[in-house]
Amino acid sequence: MQLSEQIQNPVPAQAPVDVKAPWHRSDTEPFVRIENVSKHFGDFVAVDNISLDIYQSELFCLLGGSGSGKSTLLRMLAGFETPTSGRILIDGVDISSIPAWKRPVNMMFQSYALFPHLSVADNVAFGLKRDGVPRGEVKQRVAEMLEMVQLGHLGRRKPHQLSGGQRQRAALARALIKRPKLLLLDEPLGALDKKLREETQFELINIQENLGVTFMVVTHDQEEAMTLSTRIGVMNHGEIVQVGEPHDLYEYPQNRFVAEFVGSVNLFEGQVIEDETDFVRIHSPEAEAVFFINHGISCAPGQKVWAAVRPEKIRISREQPQDADNCIEGTIDEVAYMGSLSVFRVLLPCGKQIRVTKPNMARRFDERLNYRDRVFLSWTGDSCVVLTS
Amino acid sequence: MNTISPSAPLATGRWRPSLQWLQGRLQVGRGLVASVPTLWLGLFFLIPFAVVLKISLAETAIAVPPYSALFDWDGAVANLSLNLGNYRFLFEDSLYLDAYLNSIKVAAISTLITLIVAYPMAFMIARSSPGRRVVLLSLVILPFWTSFLLRVYAWMGFLKKNGIINDLLLSLGIIDQPLTMLQTDFAVYLGIIYTYLPFMILPLYSTLEKLDDSLLEAAEDLGCRPLQRFWLVIVPLSLPGIVAGCLLVFIPAVGEFVIPALLGSSDTLMIGRVLWDEFFLNRDWPMASAVAILMLFFLVVPIMLLRNAQGRKEEAA
Repeated sequence: MQLSEQIQNPVPAQAPVDVKAPWHRSDTEPFVRIENVSKHFGDFVAVDNISLDIYQSELFCLLGGSGSGKSTLLRMLAGFETPTSGRILIDGVDISSIPAWKRPVNMMFQSYALFPHLSVADNVAFGLKRDGVPRGEVKQRVAEMLEMVQLGHLGRRKPHQLSGGQRQRAALARALIKRPKLLLLDEPLGALDKKLREETQFELINIQENLGVTFMVVTHDQEEAMTLSTRIGVMNHGEIVQVGEPHDLYEYPQNRFVAEFVGSVNLFEGQVIEDETDFVRIHSPEAEAVFFINHGISCAPGQKVWAAVRPEKIRISREQPQDADNCIEGTIDEVAYMGSLSVFRVLLPCGKQIRVTKPNMARRFDERLNYRDRVFLSWTGDSCVVLTS
Repeated sequence: MNTISPSAPLATGRWRPSLQWLQGRLQVGRGLVASVPTLWLGLFFLIPFAVVLKISLAETAIAVPPYSALFDWDGAVANLSLNLGNYRFLFEDSLYLDAYLNSIKVAAISTLITLIVAYPMAFMIARSSPGRRVVLLSLVILPFWTSFLLRVYAWMGFLKKNGIINDLLLSLGIIDQPLTMLQTDFAVYLGIIYTYLPFMILPLYSTLEKLDDSLLEAAEDLGCRPLQRFWLVIVPLSLPGIVAGCLLVFIPAVGEFVIPALLGSSDTLMIGRVLWDEFFLNRDWPMASAVAILMLFFLVVPIMLLRNAQGRKEEAA
């Protein structure tokens, strides 16, 4: 069964498909449709012909470095920038020509942008009052919203009297109170310290799941993107290079950029010497080895490819392992003990550095691998991905 | 200052006394720096004020200087005579009260118009690119390079019966009789607004320039139309600049003398002019001093407001 499927589909490594997810079903309409959207600033192309579908109640992350165009795309959804070409539909309505103040979209700003002259409660009430919601209802909804973000007792404070985390929650409350169809979050956790960031991540997911609002998050932090999102779109130079669930992106990157941007990876440049439907062999001159990878690829013979292995998928040992699919030898160049795991930098004879992580299972010290130890690195054929671009 | 503490690792051995010496010197230096403005204010503000106050309590006399002494000593008896008559007269003769009220009215109206004119200018300067901003700001400040009097005289050349504006309008056939502009209230307002415009633009600019763009976007995002955004976000956030600018224009405009004297008519009643007349036409120095002292008190209240506003601004920052 598995074999026949692979024969029919001898393309790069495929992620297992969750048929219940809306983006894998043909009967669900996308909630937000971005159709061939481009944005030019003079000669500079900030967003280059992006098409993207986002489904109801998704928590979609745009991940990319600075200047990748992710913020520009977000600002076009908010209405602060007009696309040079293409259109954006939300719930079937083309919003491209609707001004920002009329869109069913709200945004949580990176700087939070809380009005310094208004109290927290007035900040949250601001959007409702502009819509002419009756006073009593405003009061009630603001109180509920502040309660939800655990700021019920701080409604009278001014923004500058709040801590960073409280300000973040006030900004979230203000953006959510109008019950937008789409909530945009620009680096929502960027200004928080690490511990608070982890707590807030889960809080954010809870709120999103309870309210069922579609979230679109922009971030440069891949860890944040991985924990938060249902799907991630990785952006580079104004283009989306890959869209997928966090697991897909990490385990089945489609190109070198994604492999290197999401997590860390060891890449071996090489040439295909044997290309079958269910496996390939790649000769890597730098590692002086032939790698066995048990998935097929479609490429021209002799084409330059890269074999990618994640650091935690590599076994590191003093003794040469028997029956390993792939095995290379090297010297430990550096060891970083990080508590839960250790990170090794292994130097190959050719001078290439390989990153290996190993969880510290045992408490004892004696079996620890040390600086300048000769070690064998091995991994199985299915923990490696071949990248052609 | 705190970084240079005797316990700092570098301050060991023979270095310690020299650091302490330096610290001491710095403290002395700071005291010196602070004493200069204090001395300046004492010498050129407090002492003249005391002299004016003294004169306002004297009586006119045909003498040099033309007022009586407060204090005399005939070898045995010391006499201190404080004459409050000048102040009583200020309230008895409606001329003074009218002049005060009219000055305040003129100053208030011109302040309001100056604000309306200056706000869009300051806003545009604050929103323009950094390079253009420098050019526009120097254009605002440029008139200060010419004498104030010269600029007021220039306005006379513009406004008079056969001045530039009338000539232009006549030659274009828009009017067939020259307009009377000089020596009207209109000319006074025009002069005050023109002169004090930079004092309004600069504080407005400094608050508007600090306005965070994301706040404006947040307002828009939450459903503000452009005009609502202006009243609900931009105006409240630029309030410190509005208050500072208004006081910077209002306070000197109340006591303005040159502009009403040169551009206004003889019936433009302003306290600065009454003061001048008392001094130089009536040679009634005590009366003139009393007018000045009372004007100062009329202005102390706005100055207090200014200080309060600045204090609040610093607190918020």
